[in-house]
Amino acid sequence: MEKPKLATTSLAGCFGCHMSFLDIDERILKLVELVQFDKSPIDDIKEFTGQCLVGLVEGGCANEENVHVLQKFRKNCDILISVGDCAINGGIPAMRNDLSIKECFEEAYLNGPSVYNPSGVLPDDKELPLLLDKVYPCHEVVKIDYHLPGCPPSADTLWEALVALLTNKPLELPYELIKYD
Amino acid sequence: MNETLQATVKKICEENGNDRTKMINIVKSVQKKIGCVNNESIDSIAKQVNAPRVDVEGVVSFYAFLSKESKGKIVIRLCNDVVDKIKGVDKVAEAFCDELGIKMGDTTSDDTFTLEYTPCIGMCDQAPAALINDTVVTDLSPDKIKKLISDLKEQNDPSKISFPKGDGNNAHELVNSMVNNNILKKGEVIFSDFESGASLKKALSMKPEEVIGVIKTSSLRGRGGAGFPTGLKWEFTRAAKGDRKIVMCNADEGEPGTFKDRVILTERYDLLFEGMAIAGYAIGSDAGIIYLRGEYLYLKNFLESMIGKAKENGFLGKKILGLEGFDFDIRIQMGAGAYICGEESALISSCEGLRGDPKTRPPFPAQKGYKNCPTTVNNVETFCCVSKILDIGAEKFVQIGTKGSTGTKVLSISGDCKKPGIYEFPFGVTLEELLGDAGAEDVQAVLVGGPSGQFIASDGFKRKICFTDLATGGSIVIFNKQRNMLEIADEYMAFFEEESCGYCTPCRVGNVLLKKCLERIIDGKGEPKDLDYLNELGESIKLTSRCGLGQTSPNPVLTTIKNFRSQYESIIKEKKDGMQPGFDIKKAINEAENLTGRKSVIF
Ligand SMILES: Cc1cc2nc3c(=O)[nH]c(=O)nc-3n(C[C@H](O)[C@H](O)[C@H](O)COP(=O)(O)O)c2cc1C
Ligand code: SF4
Ligand code: SF4
Repeated sequence: MEKPKLATTSLAGCFGCHMSFLDIDERILKLVELVQFDKSPIDDIKEFTGQCLVGLVEGGCANEENVHVLQKFRKNCDILISVGDCAINGGIPAMRNDLSIKECFEEAYLNGPSVYNPSGVLPDDKELPLLLDKVYPCHEVVKIDYHLPGCPPSADTLWEALVALLTNKPLELPYELIKYD
Repeated sequence: MNETLQATVKKICEENGNDRTKMINIVKSVQKKIGCVNNESIDSIAKQVNAPRVDVEGVVSFYAFLSKESKGKIVIRLCNDVVDKIKGVDKVAEAFCDELGIKMGDTTSDDTFTLEYTPCIGMCDQAPAALINDTVVTDLSPDKIKKLISDLKEQNDPSKISFPKGDGNNAHELVNSMVNNNILKKGEVIFSDFESGASLKKALSMKPEEVIGVIKTSSLRGRGGAGFPTGLKWEFTRAAKGDRKIVMCNADEGEPGTFKDRVILTERYDLLFEGMAIAGYAIGSDAGIIYLRGEYLYLKNFLESMIGKAKENGFLGKKILGLEGFDFDIRIQMGAGAYICGEESALISSCEGLRGDPKTRPPFPAQKGYKNCPTTVNNVETFCCVSKILDIGAEKFVQIGTKGSTGTKVLSISGDCKKPGIYEFPFGVTLEELLGDAGAEDVQAVLVGGPSGQFIASDGFKRKICFTDLATGGSIVIFNKQRNMLEIADEYMAFFEEESCGYCTPCRVGNVLLKKCLERIIDGKGEPKDLDYLNELGESIKLTSRCGLGQTSPNPVLTTIKNFRSQYESIIKEKKDGMQPGFDIKKAINEAENLTGRKSVIF
């Protein structure tokens, strides 16, 4: 039987969740026995090659491209998992949610204490995706099947969750893995 | 700092003995004098009564009737309760806006008029109604507004306008109000004949413990909503350690659709005062406080004068009915527009001059209440029942009503019916019977117990009003088949969202989330899973909130899902593509498109 496929992506995240994923260390060899990596920054496959069983999403949606990618993940993955606090709550990027985009731009590119921008130009290349009015957690944009909290969730948490899912066993996370302070 | 202002504030504080537990009275007087409680007056009050500034500001920001910004000389507070909406308050609001040339929430440029909305003011049987400064104006309609505003402009003071007089004591010179009692059914307990002083005399001939025994035998349960056995509450308060004990009457009546205490206060104050004095004798207290909701200020002078009369007759004051050593006096504490203050521990906070925040229990008020004194808090109607029980005897009282729910219940019935008003029924009356009496036809739903109670559909109309089936503090609101139950639930959620004191997250945030999801469903963007979400979230809010408000606030949503599920299901669609229907990408990128002047190439 063909191995199921796994895809991962980082939207408005810091890649910390992916780094944590890599912290499963040599267990990644066991993982590739269970799944085949599809679209993911880990193998640098840019487009889906077919329907995947599992998609791991790091980060929330801060711009239109994040939404586009997330919607593609929803279409191409049977099970979608929000990984980490940014995907689940918006996280640090969502700290801008009380401000307008204009105010964010002005602070970031004009008035911030360390800004040097004598011509006062705001970045506006048409290659740049448009920002959303605020940062959305993934489950407000598409349906999410599971949430793995943590900033980032530890490698052991990710490992246990994936193995349980792929081997169709109930997930039993010991207290240390879901304790956050 | 403005010296006259300072002098004014100083004088008001001194009149209140520079006592910070009188904070509500102080800030209300300041507002009456200078139109608002601005930062400068907050500073002066804090200094004068030696309280942290934040305590004063906390009080001012908490109560709806207090304001830091000055408003018009005449503040029109239009009641926008669900019943008023049914009776056409939106059109009345439009007429006010047109006539004054301002929007709701605004003040005219000459600072004469402020126009705003307020939740239920206890006039549902004569809606739409408004509170104009302290004057209640009922039965409004768009065609009356032009004349009303011109009268107000002419008189400059709403209390000087000659409105038609209401029935009963509403026409008394000290009430002088157009409010009507609309007592449509008198029962055997509250609205029956009663000889002043007789009950008190009987009580004083017994030992206090015996009085408590009589109340226990009568199986009297509280009429304010929670239904706690009154005798037991008194026994706890009597047994609690404390030099001084307090009898407190809850006349905050804030549950939307409830207006029976207003009528009892107007017509049966004698029963109330006597019940409070009996409570005082039973628990060993010399001090009674009536906490009167701010909306009923028009009754204050009248009630105070009647308290004075009762003193002259020897029913209150020193050596009551000549009994050496039994003194009992009653004072009135005004509220300032906060539903949560009806919750007994919040009511106590408010009487202590604090924000109306509920307290954590235990200790219960019976152990540590007003200023840490053991306090019994009872509803207006409960005290009246006490008087009647002493009068006719517990044995006769238990014959009325049902086994677990003795006596009668005064109901305030409003909404879609021909005869809204006050009905006193023995416990055990079915919804069907009361709908018949109220002339309600084509009924879709009955809201029993106000929004914190439950919406009942026609399959439940044979159910009974009593503590073991449908309990209610007195609110019965009827909705006919033209009404959209989801929209009504949404309106009531707006009430709870506004009235939550904000202390606990489940209540402060959860109710907002419930309402958001409900609105998405009403918008046609709901999906089947939303109903599970609403149920789960609602149950969590109930389970994890600190006081009765949060513990009941999800009920409009939960009970409409339970009893009117088909209305939800008819507008909910199954979406199979996994996208969230509530997310609107066009709206989300609109701001960036405008800012950058370019359109999205993806969406
Ligand atoms: C949010 C909230 C509002 C309440 N409002 C009132 C009220 O307006 N009048 C009232 O008598 N009880 C009200 N109650 C119930 C009181 O907390 C308390 O149970 C009651 O006054 C006790 O008197 P009883 O035993 O005579 O009913 C309210 C409770 C809550 C939680
Ligand atoms: S959850 Fe933490 S680690 Fe993961 S993307 Fe957000 S900030 Fe980075
Ligand atoms: S449940 Fe609501 S009203 Fe009650 S204490 Fe908590 S936040 Fe305040």
